[in-house]
Amino acid sequence: MSAIVSVENLSVVFDDFTALDNVSIDVFAGESFGLVGESGSGKSTLLRSIAGLAPPAGGTMRITGRELRGRDRDKAFYRAVQMVFQDPYGSLHPRQTIDRQLMEPLAIHGARDGERRILKALDEVGLGSGFRFRYPHQLSGGQRQRVAIARALILEPSILLLDEPTSALDASVQAEVLNLLEQVRHDRKLTFVMVSHDLGVVTHMCDRLAVMQGGRVVERLTSDDLAGGRIDEDYTRNLMVASKGFRRHAEPITQGAASPSRP
Amino acid sequence: MSALLTVEDLRVCFPTRTGMVEAVRGVSFALGRERLGIVGESGSGKSQTGRAIMGLTPPQAQVTARTLSFDGIELLSAPPKLRRSLRGKRIAMILQDPKYSLNPVMSIGRQIVETLREHEDVSGAEARERALEMLAAVQIRDPKRVFGLYPHEVSGGMGQRAMIAMMLVAGPELLIADEPTSALDVTVQLEVLSILDKLVAERGMGLIFVSHDLRLVSSFCDRVLVMYAGRIVEELAASDLANAKHPYTQGLFNCMPVIGADRHPLPVLERKPEWAL
Repeated sequence: MSAIVSVENLSVVFDDFTALDNVSIDVFAGESFGLVGESGSGKSTLLRSIAGLAPPAGGTMRITGRELRGRDRDKAFYRAVQMVFQDPYGSLHPRQTIDRQLMEPLAIHGARDGERRILKALDEVGLGSGFRFRYPHQLSGGQRQRVAIARALILEPSILLLDEPTSALDASVQAEVLNLLEQVRHDRKLTFVMVSHDLGVVTHMCDRLAVMQGGRVVERLTSDDLAGGRIDEDYTRNLMVASKGFRRHAEPITQGAASPSRP
Repeated sequence: MSALLTVEDLRVCFPTRTGMVEAVRGVSFALGRERLGIVGESGSGKSQTGRAIMGLTPPQAQVTARTLSFDGIELLSAPPKLRRSLRGKRIAMILQDPKYSLNPVMSIGRQIVETLREHEDVSGAEARERALEMLAAVQIRDPKRVFGLYPHEVSGGMGQRAMIAMMLVAGPELLIADEPTSALDVTVQLEVLSILDKLVAERGMGLIFVSHDLRLVSSFCDRVLVMYAGRIVEELAASDLANAKHPYTQGLFNCMPVIGADRHPLPVLERKPEWAL
């Protein structure tokens, strides 16, 4: 089985900062692949350079076997690959109606049956046609993220790049959006590449994941390995501890104003 | 235990074109020198409760309460001058995102010094000394360097520590933390929380911790109030969370994905109109 998304030895350099350092991942058709790490680990940069939003300095990227060069992407690429961004407040045009934002990708790709597809896309993300002529500020955060997902799905792509799709949302709304994403993946046999800093979300959504730190992949494992605690790297273990929530240390509290430095 | 803060029947209303919207509808609780969590989803009124105590409700809104007293001072009838002297000095508030809540054109050190000199009659040199001490207390490694930096030059975690330093420098007795770590990475979240936890315990402050993350709040606080549609639907000890009776609390608790729990689809929060009654 060959990979539908294949990244080999990819490097991305911004001026003198190396954001990605020889990163390789393979994602197979129909699977859901997770990228985890803290801020600055390069997980979003990897996703953005696949989408052509970050300039590669070296290495190769292939989507369904076709090599991608530099930052140029053709229309066929965007029909196959779409992206959902973290912040639905920032990724929708504030002065365009939902209808117009959904029309845009259709117009670019010359789709004829826009009317039908917009209604279908809205229906699929559970919004209904009542939302069609509203503006983003008239929707809640969860509804906006649904619009962003509808916009990504409207071209019927086979690969969805998800950059922290729920981290700007409330815990209760997050569950709804995650369920929606699972549903569309199941219905449309989509491939997901999902970035998150929340191990709980990634293990829920993904079969396999790569843990990134400082622009490198430090560990690759399956969600089952993670759940079973079969972890090799301390860094992953730290993320794991962090995702379990706050633990009060039993150390005695020293009286006084300030401790001079970090322990 | 005498209460530090007593809230009885607090209501916050916003006039809109379609009539009055009640964001907070009769909230009552008493707070001692303890850690109290307020949990609910967006729009449940949790932040407006915190803001009303702080006196940061927008001017068009109407705040009413039978009692809203802090250490014997009736906050709603207090003259603005008295409230100004409380705000920042005895009651302080940590906001969600340091990117938006720090002054972008003022260095971090100057902002901390400003808070201090607003409330205490100290010399510039002493204020600077105390600001540096406070930055060290929030475990910033090189306080002198960070003192001179602007908010855009520091990371989110560092910015939030600076914010905590700024809020604690005047030694408040009550700290309101409104989603203090929601804008931060998981690993940084824990660091910031443990700093906050340590300082709150050392200085014997009362803490109101507002968040949508029930698990996080229950691991951090002693007591949790769960809010829905402007009301408190359940109050429980944090250790007792697993025995929550209200379906809304159970829903908030169960909707988070947990490592190792194979639940597809995730249970979704139900919202029943009768809970809002």
